[in-house]
Amino acid sequence: MMQLAFFVFAAITVAGAFYLLFTKNVLYAAFSLLLTLLGISGLFVFAGADFLAVSQIMIYVGGILILLIFGIMLTNNKNFQRTNLQPNKIEVEHHNRFWAVLVAVIVFFVFLKIIFNANFHIIGKKIHNGSSIQQIGINLMTDYIFAFEVIGIFLLAALIGAVYIAKKEKV
Amino acid sequence: MIAIQNYLVISALLFSIGLAVTVTKRNAILILMGIELMLNAVNLNMVAFSQYDPNRLQGQMFALFIMVIAAAEVTVALAIILKIYDYFKNLDLDKINSLKKY
Repeated sequence: MMQLAFFVFAAITVAGAFYLLFTKNVLYAAFSLLLTLLGISGLFVFAGADFLAVSQIMIYVGGILILLIFGIMLTNNKNFQRTNLQPNKIEVEHHNRFWAVLVAVIVFFVFLKIIFNANFHIIGKKIHNGSSIQQIGINLMTDYIFAFEVIGIFLLAALIGAVYIAKKEKV
Repeated sequence: MIAIQNYLVISALLFSIGLAVTVTKRNAILILMGIELMLNAVNLNMVAFSQYDPNRLQGQMFALFIMVIAAAEVTVALAIILKIYDYFKNLDLDKINSLKKY
């Protein structure tokens, strides 16, 4: 049963990614990315990372994807006059399709070879299942306190920088 | 329980698709999406290995920080993309090829 659910989530993830690769419509690409991110958060749950699954949904789906869709909407091509009868189509061209897919396939098979030739000594180990939230909290406040503070300042700097870059210039 | 190879294969597949998306598409926003896909693939790898380390959870901590970095990266990149669109009225990266043109 658990295997079945796992493969359903894996299929959702991979199908969304493939649709993102092959579609030409930018908005459909954004929604297929939504599917992929949700599938990955499901996979996180199977790997015992409940906190990360929730933060994946909150950060990626609630933040990054919304920002990307805002970007798509704001950079709509103005010389394409749309009436209400036409669907909203923002299309994108592909280039170097053959070579890109070839390189990606080669990279994938190299990864596969590495994965199946590697000798993981952890394979038979017993996995402890349980909530990871408490351990993450303890880690954030002890071992990773410096990284935590630095990333706070980093986020502030990125926020200010983004606002500064995107502001209208006074002419 | 799920064998770790399943996670690794899915993650490799996602990384390759993200690479293909990044190289193939011509719209800057779609390239950002490809980068997000690759970052997610790496996160999946980290989390999959971290389940064998329940006392320290180093993989999950790393994945958490990667998520924050990805969020910051996307905000700054979208700000730059909006400025580029203001100037060129176009997001086709093959056509954006001049540095400063006054």
